[in-house]
Amino acid sequence: MVTRNGKTLITDGAFIESFAAIVGKKEGEGPLGREFDRVYSDTTLGQDSWERSESTLLKDTVNLCISKAGASVRDYQLIFCGDLLDQCMGSSMAVKDFGVPVLGLYGACSTMAEALVMASVYTAGGAAERCIAAASSHFCSAERQFRFPLGYGGQRAPTSQWTVTGAGAAAVTCRKSSVTVKAVTPGTIVDMGVTDANNMGAAMAASAFDTLNAFFTDTGMSPEDFDIIATGDLGLVGSEMLRDMMSAEGKALSSSYTDCGILIFDREKQDVHAGGSGCGCGASVLCGYILPRVSDGRFKRALFAATGALMSPTSSQQGDSIPGICHAVWVEHV
Amino acid sequence: MNNSEYDRLMKAKSPGSPLAKDMFFAFLVGGAICALGQGLSLLYTYLGSDEQTAGTLVSVSLVFLSALLTGFGLYDNIARFAGAGTLVPITGFANAVVSPAIEFKPEGWVMGVGASMFKIAGPVIVFGEIACVIYGMVYWLFTMS
Repeated sequence: MVTRNGKTLITDGAFIESFAAIVGKKEGEGPLGREFDRVYSDTTLGQDSWERSESTLLKDTVNLCISKAGASVRDYQLIFCGDLLDQCMGSSMAVKDFGVPVLGLYGACSTMAEALVMASVYTAGGAAERCIAAASSHFCSAERQFRFPLGYGGQRAPTSQWTVTGAGAAAVTCRKSSVTVKAVTPGTIVDMGVTDANNMGAAMAASAFDTLNAFFTDTGMSPEDFDIIATGDLGLVGSEMLRDMMSAEGKALSSSYTDCGILIFDREKQDVHAGGSGCGCGASVLCGYILPRVSDGRFKRALFAATGALMSPTSSQQGDSIPGICHAVWVEHV
Repeated sequence: MNNSEYDRLMKAKSPGSPLAKDMFFAFLVGGAICALGQGLSLLYTYLGSDEQTAGTLVSVSLVFLSALLTGFGLYDNIARFAGAGTLVPITGFANAVVSPAIEFKPEGWVMGVGASMFKIAGPVIVFGEIACVIYGMVYWLFTMS
């Protein structure tokens, strides 16, 4: 059953039965390298375009997630998925042959949380028994769409973030399992007038603050109640800003606070400046690092708050500011 | 928190570019490219070219080398440290043409390679031409008498 309290939806009876994360070579060489189900050292995945590589990556991840549940794709009633590419073709191409109803999502880098919000509400509300939430990003397909060709010789700003090549998928069900989705908070779009596309963490930090603030108010919980609070990909700049804003609000984030964009790379050694980003960042860290720990009880209670910068190359060129969005998902060990 | 307070917080938390380091590497690599050009110029003159032909041959050689290194995926690795050092010389222009030509090959020869090849270099050509016209007019005005 789903009940609402403020912005937060209490998703009683939504469980995560399986999850999978697959990443590329650079992510495999990062601090979480051993946590992921698979690391593909060939980031082309044998495809002749980067977009096809990304679709294959997501397809493999969804298939792995399904096989870990001992199910077949026809056992699922819905797939919620998205990515960063134009018209979400990365994920559409990935799931087009599954023969399962699909609801495509765009939440920029917050897509995995958005998919989980949808999947949890659908299952807890009785509209589906089993559904899949998935998201992906690929460094090479994102670069060519949002920035420059791979071979172009440019220098990155210290505040810029590195798009993760990775995908995550989680199967949400109404059958009891070791991970439950307690509540979800869909985010409000927050625009603080940041126009620097090389500082997306800063553009998104205000939305993370807004959603976390709403979440803690609605649920009556406090940051200390969680073993881990992970924002999606604020990176170094955005997460520092979030800490400051939460402290000023009297809801200081403790040492349990981290950010998927900081966790996934060694910022200094891997030359990723402010950290990782992309739908695949939050998705792979959630499904490769956080959910396994919630499942076996190492984390009793976790809050995943993925953030997205809702900009496009066109809006950027036209000088528009970058609105941010953040959706929060509260998962707990059962 | 209003937008200007937010902007202040953002600026306080955002690290700036390491200017001294960036300029040092730009000077080093940019200078090395120019020194290579000078070396090639001396070589071509030694081999019998006149000064003007040697200059043209140097440009052609550097453009070729830049295209080759871009094709092998090495140019962007050098540029990551060299910054303006690899951007400003003629090699940077070659890289700006070759890299999209390679990148957009999956979109086909006409709408991919053909249409995207000058995506980055296009503005340089447009504004370079305008600058040439203005320079030419100024030159013409001052040399009329």
